[in-house]
Amino acid sequence: MTVSTETRALRTQGMKKPARDGGIRESAVSRVVAMAVMIVATLYFLTPLWWLLVASSKTREDFTSTNPLWFADFALFDNIAALIEYRDGVFIRWLANSALYAGLGAFLATLIAAMAGYAIAKYSFFGRETLFNLILGGVLVPATALALPLFLLFSQTGMTNTIWAVLLPSLVSPFGVYLSRIFAAASVPNEIIEAARIDGAGEVRTFFTVATRLMAPALVTIFLFQFVGIWNNFFLPLIMLRDEELFPVTLGLYVWNTQVSQIPDIRALVVIGSLLSIIPLIVTFLALQRFWQSGLANGGLK
Amino acid sequence: MARDTVVKASKGVRHRGALAVFLLPFGVLFVLFYLVPVLYAIYQSLLTVEREGTFGPAVQVFGGLTQYIAVFQNGPFWESIGRVLLFGVVQVPIMLGVALVLALLLDSPLIRGSKFFRLAFFAPYAVPSVIAAIMWGFLYSPNLSPFTAVTSNIDLLSADAVLWSIANVVTWVYVGYNMLIIYSALLSIPQEIYEAARIDGAGQLRIAWSIKIPLVVPALVLTGIFSIIGTLQLLTEPQVFQSFSNAVTSTFTPNLTIYSTASVPNISLAAAMSVVLALTTFALSFTVLKFTQRRTAE
Repeated sequence: MTVSTETRALRTQGMKKPARDGGIRESAVSRVVAMAVMIVATLYFLTPLWWLLVASSKTREDFTSTNPLWFADFALFDNIAALIEYRDGVFIRWLANSALYAGLGAFLATLIAAMAGYAIAKYSFFGRETLFNLILGGVLVPATALALPLFLLFSQTGMTNTIWAVLLPSLVSPFGVYLSRIFAAASVPNEIIEAARIDGAGEVRTFFTVATRLMAPALVTIFLFQFVGIWNNFFLPLIMLRDEELFPVTLGLYVWNTQVSQIPDIRALVVIGSLLSIIPLIVTFLALQRFWQSGLANGGLK
Repeated sequence: MARDTVVKASKGVRHRGALAVFLLPFGVLFVLFYLVPVLYAIYQSLLTVEREGTFGPAVQVFGGLTQYIAVFQNGPFWESIGRVLLFGVVQVPIMLGVALVLALLLDSPLIRGSKFFRLAFFAPYAVPSVIAAIMWGFLYSPNLSPFTAVTSNIDLLSADAVLWSIANVVTWVYVGYNMLIIYSALLSIPQEIYEAARIDGAGQLRIAWSIKIPLVVPALVLTGIFSIIGTLQLLTEPQVFQSFSNAVTSTFTPNLTIYSTASVPNISLAAAMSVVLALTTFALSFTVLKFTQRRTAE
């Protein structure tokens, strides 16, 4: 692990050198072809987002009548205002719900997974490997497969159509345990734990004050991917929730989209709502990229 | 797999209490929201409904494998499995192929601005599947699409094309994510490995083919298995596309079939379908894993 981090550091520092080195051998043709591929790919990935931004800024009349990829009369803020006013601000309510489910859910899931992964990495106890393999098996169980039996179980306790029905299942992140174990094994030296013991710190306190800091990149990665997973989750809220007040933003926009044929005006709200619902995620990813990129690199495949 | 260096318990100090604090929260939640639902689905799938006479009250009784026999005789369910398998055979190699090529290019000295490209390709991953499907649904609709040259010639939402239109949505969202995993694997290859090849005068293409690709096979296997699981579980995109296209039926994918069966409601049959789908997924992932392991061992 340390070796690979060092190589990466060396490589990012020395990025220019191999490039110039290679320049002697790599023909201009392969450079041009390579850049052309990258530009075509960029257009493919960004054009739909560009279209969404442009479409969100148009008036209802311009939406279908002007060039879909370029701005007409700029009505972005009017559209946002219309979205917020619609049905007493139900969209804002959805955004807040998503933030609550994803924010709180991902925070607790990260903490819970980090403790379990740390314990598996740093303590020996009976059934340690069996437990870990069982959790690894959980990584392969898709969320959609669990949603239906979860609904049946929650309905027996009368807890469907509550925030718990969406929040509780999303606190479990088997992948988070896996990543935490690997990261704790690699980045929390035993000497530090032993030193903390000599200083008289309890095991739990050592985890919270020392280990969590050393495991920070992994924790950010787990948080981020769990956050995205919950924010994007659709099937679980779809079958659990009936009450519109509890919807996350994905489910709310889905329901609006199914109503477009009856209420054509709602389409403009779906477009602007889609744009607003992805901005928080893109901003979070950009802000935290330093962490998750290294977390992904170390945890992905060792 | 990580090799853990376990901290030895200092003499006389027991860590049972600490272990309980660390493991119990996850353990309890994992049992409640992973193991119990799985076992409950299996239990449900073994039940069947009996009525005394046509108008008698419905009673759930143990039915053995009755529901499984019904699953195997259920044509639409197997058609939906066939549909997603066809989808996977085409879409997964294309998606991973594109992800591999982009990762190799990002890792090569041939391009500039790799940081920008990396983020641009990854951006769609931040778009929820529901939103991605809604957005592409608009882009496919002839009256809204900026790609009128395409949409006026081909109806992308017709029965023949809609499966591949959905494949494009899935590809768009997940290429960047898979690319990042492969790219991370490429970054962890020590530079020295390339030195010898450079001295021998190998070009970038040759280095990619003979050194880089073999070393990222584990990353490809991992992304491949997760893609297979995702394909068999396909649900969100087709569910959204029902608003855009009549061709997406309520039995379009296995999960849609399960969902519509459960809302009949025929819970036991839906549970049996879920179990069959999970076993199919597991068998396929396992086969891919074994097959690729043998290939790499040779």
